[in-house]
Amino acid sequence: MNARVNVPKTAKRGEVIEIKTLVAHTMETGFRRTHLGAPIPRNIVTTLTCNYNGVEVFRAELHPSISANPYLQFTTVATESGTLEFRWSGDNGFSVSEAARISVT
Amino acid sequence: MPNPQKTRRSFLATAGTLAVATLTGVKPAHAQMARTPLNNMPEAIRTLTRGAPVNTGKVKLDLPPLVENGHLVPLNVSVQSPMSETDYVKAIHIFTERNPLPEMATFHLGPRAGRAQVATRVRLADTQNVVAIAELSDGSFWSDSAHLIVTLAACLEELPA
Repeated sequence: MNARVNVPKTAKRGEVIEIKTLVAHTMETGFRRTHLGAPIPRNIVTTLTCNYNGVEVFRAELHPSISANPYLQFTTVATESGTLEFRWSGDNGFSVSEAARISVT
Repeated sequence: MPNPQKTRRSFLATAGTLAVATLTGVKPAHAQMARTPLNNMPEAIRTLTRGAPVNTGKVKLDLPPLVENGHLVPLNVSVQSPMSETDYVKAIHIFTERNPLPEMATFHLGPRAGRAQVATRVRLADTQNVVAIAELSDGSFWSDSAHLIVTLAACLEELPA
């Protein structure tokens, strides 16, 4: 399982930066059946949190209506140099994290 | 034996009628089939707002009007807000009318978001309305909706065993 994030490497203090994230996941809805009629259990990513130097700046709650390999694009204010930490979690103990450094001038 | 002239004329007339019907009725083929039933979206929205009124405006929900593949539909939502410490968007909720579940996603924002704008990709099970509801820091709710025509539905197909 892997995840990708796109965060600008540098930014001016107070600038609104755009963040793009992608995580590999099938996002099985739980509403599908096999040809034999057996229901396929739900297996989705339920949350993504983004922490900026330990403070939560964005959180998304996802439902089965989100496409496979969930893509999310959002924004945050570049306040100080540091690390943005992304954590995805979901069904069956799914947990992936990724981090990106940003230097703010 | 039927008059060939007449047969051809009636054939052309029928073909013409069919062509006009096809051109004027811009509905996807599956519109004639059983529609996916409505889910309990109004109830889900009432649960969220706890009976508070939902105003129209401030929110802008961008979705393509005609979707070929319901598995991957780009969704972009933005809200007019200064995003200051005292006046900001707390959350944006996305609902659908005909997917098996009314809830699509919830995005929790705050003054540190800088801008109230989120983009993702969603699945749509049928031609339907999608509603975005923004919850502001003063407790008010604002909404926008978009209607989409979906030709290939997501969610309900079978998997090979």
